[in-house]
Amino acid sequence: MESPGIVLGFYLLAGLTLGSGGLVFLARNLLHSLAFLVISFLSMAGLFLTLSADFIAMAQILIYAGSISVLMVFAVMLTPLASRDNSNSIYVFPALISAGGIASFVAFIAWDTDWSGPGTDFDSTIGTIGQLLLGKYVLAFEIASVLLLFALVGAIMLVHQRDEDSEGTS
Amino acid sequence: MNLDSPTPMSRQIAEHSTLIERFLGLPKIALLIFVLLIAALGLGNGIIGYLVVAGELDGTWYDIRDLGNVNAALRDAILSSQLNTYIAGALAYLIPAILGATGIVSVVGGWLLIGPWAERRLIAKFQIRQGPNRTGPFGLFQSLADALKLMQKEIVIPTGADRFLYFAPPVAVFIPAILGWAAIPWAPKMSFADMDVGVLFVIAISSLGVLAVFVAGWSSNNHYSLLGAMRTIAMMVSYEIPISLSLLAVVLMTGSTQLSEIVTWQSTHNVWLIVLIPFAALAFLFASTAEINRTPNDIGEAESEIVAGFYTEYSGMKAGLFMAVELGNAILVGALMATFFLGGYTMFGLETWIPGYIILATKIGLVYFLFVWIRGTLPRFRLDQLMGFAWKFLIPVSIILMFIVAIESAIFIRWDVPAAVSLGLFGLINVTGAVIISVVWIRILFKDLDLAAPERPRLVTAVGGLKAAKEIRG
Amino acid sequence: MIEDVLDLILTIGLMHYLIVSGSVFALGSVIALGKRNAVGVLMGVELMLNGAILALIAFSRFPPAGTATTAALEGHVFVVFVLTVAAAEAAIALALAVLVYRKRETVDLDRINLLKW
Repeated sequence: MESPGIVLGFYLLAGLTLGSGGLVFLARNLLHSLAFLVISFLSMAGLFLTLSADFIAMAQILIYAGSISVLMVFAVMLTPLASRDNSNSIYVFPALISAGGIASFVAFIAWDTDWSGPGTDFDSTIGTIGQLLLGKYVLAFEIASVLLLFALVGAIMLVHQRDEDSEGTS
Repeated sequence: MNLDSPTPMSRQIAEHSTLIERFLGLPKIALLIFVLLIAALGLGNGIIGYLVVAGELDGTWYDIRDLGNVNAALRDAILSSQLNTYIAGALAYLIPAILGATGIVSVVGGWLLIGPWAERRLIAKFQIRQGPNRTGPFGLFQSLADALKLMQKEIVIPTGADRFLYFAPPVAVFIPAILGWAAIPWAPKMSFADMDVGVLFVIAISSLGVLAVFVAGWSSNNHYSLLGAMRTIAMMVSYEIPISLSLLAVVLMTGSTQLSEIVTWQSTHNVWLIVLIPFAALAFLFASTAEINRTPNDIGEAESEIVAGFYTEYSGMKAGLFMAVELGNAILVGALMATFFLGGYTMFGLETWIPGYIILATKIGLVYFLFVWIRGTLPRFRLDQLMGFAWKFLIPVSIILMFIVAIESAIFIRWDVPAAVSLGLFGLINVTGAVIISVVWIRILFKDLDLAAPERPRLVTAVGGLKAAKEIRG
Repeated sequence: MIEDVLDLILTIGLMHYLIVSGSVFALGSVIALGKRNAVGVLMGVELMLNGAILALIAFSRFPPAGTATTAALEGHVFVVFVLTVAAAEAAIALALAVLVYRKRETVDLDRINLLKW
């Protein structure tokens, strides 16, 4: 953790994550905020790399920046008549207050506690993760795969346009 | 071919001089230079061969078989120098990194100058034309002239374009195209970032270009652009799954997600993975052509349908960047194909004599030639055909074959016979399995499709093509 | 005194990552609660999940002294599950958004208020 590259990288990536996250909130156009969201995801993947979590960083890029954002693009494109502006609702002020509370609470806890753990650099994470997933957590892994299958089928079922339906709604 | 062929076309083919005839027709000076070059090459190879046999090259900094040695020597020199440890650490980290990045960028940049020329000449040969041959010797400077022309063009911003998002995509598609090279091993020590999760890195990086393409299409405020972008996104999202599945088969077989490990596995077992898992290799090749928007799968930018697809509204060097990325992606896919399925920088022991990067570059060139060949041969598929091909054929068959590969890899670890026997058996099973499953699947899927070859071309007959041809003939 | 502050800034530890994680989570909650567009709300939810992931990975990188590597990497396994759930949730939520759009021609959450009465 003494290496200057890590320190510099941490501050750069944290600033990028938080800055583009803030711009997601501030941007006036929904697609602009989507672009900032992707930048935020990518710099978050960089933060994972500084924590020597290479597998999770790649999964983050693949799933968040590569897939979920594309899903959002499809959602925006499939709702052509809906407004594209990114306006706030009336709940934004209570949300701001509660979020400030959350952030300051977490920051206070993080600052006040003595985290004296030495920190370990993992040489290789992917093998151990694989063994854990197919060993200790195999049941959860199977349930997660079933969940994904259900999500896949469910999403198709929800959006699928039946012929008799489309006449009534369109 | 006889000279009195009936049609002008076949006469033209017959009169066309072959490559050897034209080579012998060159001026004497050029032939002399060529002979001298070959002699110099042979002499150099002899010297290198002597050094290799004597074992004087192994691991020294002038071992040109592996440029990673130079980097290692440089790093050691910096670390053992009189500098402050802090500065020396930073320099030892920075200088090899910058050297490697320069190498990658110059290789890709050099290819971007040669590649379009090679492709256009080859396509011209396929279509019995000359191709670009005016600018410089054999038209070699054509891409340089094109780049200069593109740079001088006016930058037009369409009305109603999203000013903020319009400028990002040309850069944003270029970053993944360069980043993907980081994981490729060029020689045992010559890899920019030989990471544990190399395969995942490749897949993740290739999924990044999708959004840039969408942003390009959306911000242009043009229907052709948006259509092209949506087509490209649909294709990329669909064809990412076959790519991932075929790479999963590779990972299962080799038991590693590190690219250098995959290459080492292929060289220690003396077999290319394309022989062991041919369906995965072909699925990867086809899906990659869809992923990088090349013919026959270039529906995202089909000129005859939607102008230039998602970059219709880009002018000047911005459009040039998109085209460059297309080409860069083609050779990146060539490199990945060579690394995963064609043995990478190894060639059954040849890599001790010839530098590994030259072998890899040759393989990349071969895959690129295959791409050009496909482009010159096949017509463009329709959008629904392509999506159907991915979802109805490639993905199910890939999943079934991946199960077979998984069982095989489990057996391979436990079975106590020579690797040649088990791998040979697996290869046989995989080839026959791929053929049988594909045929059965197609029979199930397209039961009512007429698979018998038509006796005469239907469409050509319908528009009167054959009659016209008959009239020309006689 | 100044050395203490400098040390706090220049030695990146668990605290720094937790602060970033909490801030990202709070930012996501603001976006999730305060946006009117359904897709915007989903962006906020994803940011909140991302903040939680960062905390998990930071904890697994700085475990208590004497933790085995296998035990420390269980944090990564949890992250894999969070990613799975995030992907499933995004797919279903966006399908619902499209469905609501088909019925009401809007994805504005303030105007999807049929169940209010």
